[in-house]
Amino acid sequence: MLDGRGAVGRRASWRLILSASWLVFVLFLALAAPLISPHDPLEQDLFAARLPPFWMHGADPVYLLGTDSLGRDVLSRIIHGSRVALTVALIAGLATGFVGSLLGLLAGYLRGRTDLLISRLVDIWMAFPPVLFAILLIAVLGTGLSSIVIAIVVIDWTRFCRVVRAEAMNQSKMDYIASAVVAGQGRVGILWREIGPNVLPTIVALLTLEMGIAVIVEAILSFVNLSISTDAPTWGGMIAEGRTAVYQAWWVLVFPLVVLFLTVLSFSQLGEGLKDRFDPVLR
Amino acid sequence: MSEDEPLVSVRGLEVALPDLTRKPLFGKAPPIKILDRLDFDIGRGSILGIVGQSGSGKSTLGRTMLRLIEPTGGTIRFAGQDISHLGEAALRPFRRQAQMIFQDPMSSLNPRHRVSTIITGPLRLNGFDRVKERAAEALDHVGLPRSFLSRYPHELSGGQRQRVGIARAIAMRPQFILADEIVSGLDVSSQAQVLNLLEKLVRELDLTLAFISHDLSVIRRLCSHVMVLYRGRIVEHGPVETVFDRPQAAYTRELLDAIPLPDPNQANWLA
Amino acid sequence: MNAFLAIRNLSAILRGGSQRVLRSVDLAVEAGEVRGLVGESGAGKSMIGKAVLGILPSAVSIVEGEILLDGRNLLAMPQKERRRTIGTVAALIPQDPLTALNPSRRIGRQITDRLVDILGWTEANASARALELLDEVQIQNPQRVMASYPHELSGGMRQRVLIAAAFAANPKLIIADEPTTALDVTVQKQILKLIREMQARHGTAMLFVTHDLGVVSKVCQKLSVLYSGKVVEDRAVSEFFAEPRHAYSKALLAATPKYTDPFASLLPVDEAVIASVDAEVKAADREWRHV
Repeated sequence: MLDGRGAVGRRASWRLILSASWLVFVLFLALAAPLISPHDPLEQDLFAARLPPFWMHGADPVYLLGTDSLGRDVLSRIIHGSRVALTVALIAGLATGFVGSLLGLLAGYLRGRTDLLISRLVDIWMAFPPVLFAILLIAVLGTGLSSIVIAIVVIDWTRFCRVVRAEAMNQSKMDYIASAVVAGQGRVGILWREIGPNVLPTIVALLTLEMGIAVIVEAILSFVNLSISTDAPTWGGMIAEGRTAVYQAWWVLVFPLVVLFLTVLSFSQLGEGLKDRFDPVLR
Repeated sequence: MSEDEPLVSVRGLEVALPDLTRKPLFGKAPPIKILDRLDFDIGRGSILGIVGQSGSGKSTLGRTMLRLIEPTGGTIRFAGQDISHLGEAALRPFRRQAQMIFQDPMSSLNPRHRVSTIITGPLRLNGFDRVKERAAEALDHVGLPRSFLSRYPHELSGGQRQRVGIARAIAMRPQFILADEIVSGLDVSSQAQVLNLLEKLVRELDLTLAFISHDLSVIRRLCSHVMVLYRGRIVEHGPVETVFDRPQAAYTRELLDAIPLPDPNQANWLA
Repeated sequence: MNAFLAIRNLSAILRGGSQRVLRSVDLAVEAGEVRGLVGESGAGKSMIGKAVLGILPSAVSIVEGEILLDGRNLLAMPQKERRRTIGTVAALIPQDPLTALNPSRRIGRQITDRLVDILGWTEANASARALELLDEVQIQNPQRVMASYPHELSGGMRQRVLIAAAFAANPKLIIADEPTTALDVTVQKQILKLIREMQARHGTAMLFVTHDLGVVSKVCQKLSVLYSGKVVEDRAVSEFFAEPRHAYSKALLAATPKYTDPFASLLPVDEAVIASVDAEVKAADREWRHV
């Protein structure tokens, strides 16, 4: 038939290009931090405290984005802070995604008692206020990278679980599942071969979102001084320090905030962009 | 096992589901009968049309015959073996012999698998050899080019998707196929093609077919026998000529009268 | 000709494409007449109805032609005036009674909406009219149905409600878009009967979009057969079924199932017929580009 279906092609979207470029850039900063950062992020120079960024009066061009109240280079601290941010985003994001998706798939496909158990657990879990819960956990586990990752997984697995469960339930009603049963496919096979690939785009979209959230949670924990350790530079820690001197040295607050904002935004846009570009069934 | 013995033999079949709308706060929901004491046979090589309106239980019957649903009463015998309550493991030999073609080819073909995976998957699972070759042969049988093996379902037209569904069903060379409303979503031109194809395959591959449809005209064309369901019960069952020429049940007559034939002179149809 | 709805030379394309999806469509519906619009999926039959009602999806744009409603060209009107004109004289009976009613609002309100919002009736008058209409579409206990929600009604009942809603403002033109496709045959018969009675009683012009030639033969006086957005045959129903002219129409009729004559029906459409009608469409496209 000569109709117009399928005539509308797919374009590589700007949001995919921009968000991916920013994240690649941040990844580069994290990997090459010791090589490219102009100063030692921990080195204090009290004689060079609160220097403004390079374009302002009284700046020292050696410190491109200025210095904080202890005379540490803001740019170098942002660059080193990206290491913590990305590590947390990747490890916590993937771990949360794995735990939540697995439970969600099981609940949505097996239904019955498994579903009842997992769903009630989710309900109970979601009744806790997440940030307080995280702070409480860190207080118990002690500070450190692994504690943060565990805290994020423990708080956020429900996000994956709920969405993936609903999606798995939808897919389970489709006839291709019945068709697989008729063909003699077992439960594990159905979950892995039939339902899995159809839930994957949802999981990927959630995963990128979760990575952004992980960056924020880490920043919040740093902000309340419960993150890794006091001297390793983190974006949240910088924001917390910058806040105390916001009228004298706004740049200590604003630059890490902008970088944090762009990174979180890029993660969420990356998910949407990937879905638009690569999902073969999207109509 | 004699040759005269019916391939499928159903006795006193009942399927009841809990009626959740009438579930009391405590205790179990009362059962609601979807299928009520059905008795019928499907002879080898015959094509049984199963007709009824939405809610008559025809799809439930199909899914129960293929043991996607376990009956709550009665027996289903397939080639002499009682399959009514077998577990999945014990059903494996049956699964190889009985296949299904679904109404909506879009939802019955996994959108993320290529046609080759869709057809070879069940073959691999059941321990067939030369799966690629068998898949290609199955496409030949349904009149699709072998190049379609590398396509995804959404790249095909409705009629082509339905052919892929048929290819998947026949690839295992089953004895029995259940077709559930497989042409109701198709345009008339592809509908005729799919029906002709099905007729050819039944002949060539020695199949026994159960054909569920709401369309009596289609059943008249394709089937050797017809069974009319109404609210989970059989109201009429017999050879097509008999049922169409001398319908016994009032409900069958009502159903026949309601069909708008493409003929402006059909006697006072709207009167 | 004093056709109430006249579509002249209407062409539409998909935004960003050059292929036409409607190809110089000419079509007229006179007052009090039912015209069937037949075609297979993708032929553009629903699109014509949507074009008339001004509800085309944003991806489709009309590139030439006129849609004359009571002699006035809808396409030449400013947006606001067009909406008001369509709202006062035309109405739609949609295909799917499940999704066409808002599940969280009562039936009564959904019938009176148009009367109150567009025509400025008082609530009381509109309710009285709605009751009258529900009675006219043979719904028992209209009072109760007015107060119920869509999920409490069967498919056939919902379709009756939609018919009542369509006739509420005494429209001069009704577009019926596959109104019985989702229904069982016995219910379909009742609904077709109802639509035909209502149409005759109110003298409404009707454009009846369907894929089912059986239904056309029962409800319509004229029909247009559509292929790839092109009208290939435009005839009176009685003539058409006695002797279709176009090869595609013949093939379509031969492919339509008929239980009374099983072996003369359900004949697959010949590839050659499709090829020739495709060629015809391509030729029309070439000519169109030269203009």
